[in-house]
Amino acid sequence: MTDALTISELRIRTRSHPIVDGIDLALRRGGIHGLAGESGSGKTMTALAVLGLLPGSMTASGSIRLADDTSAGVTTGGSAGGSAGGSIELVGASRQVLGAVRGRRVAMVFQDPSTSLHPQLTVGRQLTDHLRHHLGLGKAAARSKAEALLERVRVPDARASLARYPHQFSGGQRQRIAIAVALACDPSVLLADEPTTALDVTVQAGVLQLLRELVDDGGLSILLVTHDLGVMSAVADEVTVMRQGLVVESAPREQLFTAPQDAYTRSLLAALPGSSFEESPEELVEELVEGREGAAGSGGSDAPVAASDHDVEGGAR
Amino acid sequence: MTDARTTRPDPRDGAPAGPRDGVGAGMLDPVSTAGPRWRRPRLRLGRWSAPLGLFGAAVGVLWILVAVLAPVIAPHDPLAQDLPILQAPGEGTLMGTDALGRDVFSRVIWGARVTIPLALLLVVMSVLIGAVVGAIAGFFGRAVDEVAMRVTDLVMAFPTVILAMVIAAALGASLLNAVLAALIVSWPAYARLTRGLVLGLRSSNYVVSGQLLGFSPLRSLGRDIAPNIVGPVLVLASLDIGTAILLLSGLSFLGLGAKPPTAEWGSMVSDAIQNFDAWWIGVFPGLAILTVVIAFNFVGDALRDALDPKSQTIRGGGTTL
Amino acid sequence: MSAGTVLEAEGIVVEYGRRPPLRAVDGVGFRVAAGEVVALVGESGCGKSSLARAVVGIEKRRAGDVRLNGADVPTLGLRRRSPVMTGMQMVFQDPNSSLNPRRRIGEQIGDGVRAALARGDEGSDPADWLRRVGLDPAMVTRFPHEFSGGQKQRIAIARALAARPRMLVADEPISALDASTQTSVAALMRSLSVEAGAGMLFISHDLSVVRRIADRVLVMYRGRVVESGDTETVWQNPLHPYTRALLAAIPLPDGLGRLPLAPAEADRAAWLDDLPEALERTSA
Repeated sequence: MTDALTISELRIRTRSHPIVDGIDLALRRGGIHGLAGESGSGKTMTALAVLGLLPGSMTASGSIRLADDTSAGVTTGGSAGGSAGGSIELVGASRQVLGAVRGRRVAMVFQDPSTSLHPQLTVGRQLTDHLRHHLGLGKAAARSKAEALLERVRVPDARASLARYPHQFSGGQRQRIAIAVALACDPSVLLADEPTTALDVTVQAGVLQLLRELVDDGGLSILLVTHDLGVMSAVADEVTVMRQGLVVESAPREQLFTAPQDAYTRSLLAALPGSSFEESPEELVEELVEGREGAAGSGGSDAPVAASDHDVEGGAR
Repeated sequence: MTDARTTRPDPRDGAPAGPRDGVGAGMLDPVSTAGPRWRRPRLRLGRWSAPLGLFGAAVGVLWILVAVLAPVIAPHDPLAQDLPILQAPGEGTLMGTDALGRDVFSRVIWGARVTIPLALLLVVMSVLIGAVVGAIAGFFGRAVDEVAMRVTDLVMAFPTVILAMVIAAALGASLLNAVLAALIVSWPAYARLTRGLVLGLRSSNYVVSGQLLGFSPLRSLGRDIAPNIVGPVLVLASLDIGTAILLLSGLSFLGLGAKPPTAEWGSMVSDAIQNFDAWWIGVFPGLAILTVVIAFNFVGDALRDALDPKSQTIRGGGTTL
Repeated sequence: MSAGTVLEAEGIVVEYGRRPPLRAVDGVGFRVAAGEVVALVGESGCGKSSLARAVVGIEKRRAGDVRLNGADVPTLGLRRRSPVMTGMQMVFQDPNSSLNPRRRIGEQIGDGVRAALARGDEGSDPADWLRRVGLDPAMVTRFPHEFSGGQKQRIAIARALAARPRMLVADEPISALDASTQTSVAALMRSLSVEAGAGMLFISHDLSVVRRIADRVLVMYRGRVVESGDTETVWQNPLHPYTRALLAAIPLPDGLGRLPLAPAEADRAAWLDDLPEALERTSA
């Protein structure tokens, strides 16, 4: 009953090759779980699989179970063997089940907030439409809830902001608004895919604080997908590191950063300025020049395979 | 103000932006750039594109063989008027005879010798002239660009076929003049396409890198730009072979191209008008035009699909549309 | 410092559009000495890329002078660059568009070698450059698409350095790469350019990487340099409020779960201030 989302033995594959090759992950309720990895590691696809949003060419197998605390109104599709409150299986779930889960129980924000905001509708309209459609609120109620949402994500001057269009906000404010839209139906899980990657550090800091607050204020659990271990260190409670479709290490934040068990995790930290395993620039150059000779085709993390996988990730966004 | 940074690379960044612009603007087809622009109904061949392309190539090669081997294949002299007139197909000849007692089958075969090489010549010349003008306009810009583009505007402001007719009529009816007229109306499409592609690549990082390394304009064009734009230009050219055949036989049909007694498909169709009951006189050369045009179009479409980076992503990522 | 100066920029102004023009760079000047790495940092849209492009001559300067070893750097136009000007090379952000997709990488590195020879400098073997950037020398016959982004970037670096430049300008060269290779590639660029005795202007928004490889740093905000000086001095004791906010906002990967400090909206007004004492700072 403590896990909001439980992924077990998840496999995602295209016709020709696997993207995610059997991973387990438990998102603790009221926590931020970081999913780290480089491009092509399968981290984004894992997040998309939760919402059944994989590209048509990919198939998922295994299990993704969403804790069903407010089971009223939602059909518990095949909740055999769930924990006390029951849970909903999302892999292979019907359109109705996914429809009831998307946005209402599990919401998502992306790297580029413009993808989730309609450029020609006011922020207020987008929020109230969402609220009225999903929650059946009246016009006035929806409006006041929308204003409250903008206040919650710290968009300055919430009331006036309702009448403005997305392009009238800065990138950071747009990301906050995208988060507000995602939070509209009080989801229990928020999937955040590189939510701060496109932002400047000063703006990123604010969004990270917001994510932390949303979790600490209760209710929300966040699966934070990012390649940026600095961001992980700042907000994640637990961190799972993925590489080429597999989990190489999963540990509480502090343990991962101070006592990484896996060689790959250690190599990531070695290349990360400011980490306790940081190597000097000279050492890094030596490794780059001596250690990886002929890396092309040998399947290192830097090999072309990763680049082509990135196409798949990018294309789905 | 703070939105534009992307830390993750877009895999499509590498693809030159130019080709899309050129193709998207409906420049692919000289005919389609006539006054009120109509677009060639683009064939949506999907996964049949490659097999149909092979089929088209086979038919095209077959026709070229027919043209080369015409004297061997044709049972009769295409000009000899020594057979019974207006004989139906099967009554002694494969495709019947025309009003002057000539063998339609032999004339269709010899017709391949006239139309196909001229169409190829026309396309090659259009590509050469258009590519050179377009490349210079796109790379050097300013006045050169301005002048070249206004000339193309001038040509493209008129409906292609009508302009070609007017020019051919003014030059006097002959096959060579028909080709010249067709050339005048068809090179601007290549100039515009090439210009757009060159313009798109000009500011690309690798062209700039070359310039920073001391490349001369000619070297930039030859080494960095040309190899990266031949694809789209070839696609347009291959799609255009069919159009060129249509245009040339159309001019001949109107009496502005091949003169009697030349065995030319367009003029053969036009001969048929006088003998409407003898359907075979017009239908067989018409079928010849149809098969050649479709064959080259299949090839062109397959080439376009094969060279289109988007279609590759679709195949790679398997996203079904 | 003026003795070893390879690049000198003064009062550079870059504007886009007309009526009213958008001033991307608003009077920036700096110097880079031989063998020195100067980093240019700032948020997106602050004008750092425009400045880099104006320095190299890709972007037109509305005002200001740029001199490479005392010679005026012209805007890149139709005329081919003189051998002296090929002494300035650039590495771009996107490795995928930096290399000609239809030419073998050996030939493209060879372009750099030829530029060096045309200037009367020493030639070199493209394969040897591949080895120096950590790639298999036998791969000279391959085409760019056979490499990953990080590898392509190293090939672009090899091509630029093969021209034996006096000055290397790198515009966000690591931001499109995977996190695990970013620092390594940046460090590689530093070691190769220092070894070659070239000056380097390294543009990045990644402040932690900049701290590792730059001798000096220029902090840009809204088209102006607000703070500059020795990297460690600026880091240890930032004077300008923008620099302070920037440094405080970097999340540290120490595993302690400390949230970086987010600047208050009200503080941003002070970021536009000119603070003369924050410029040209030295440890002395």
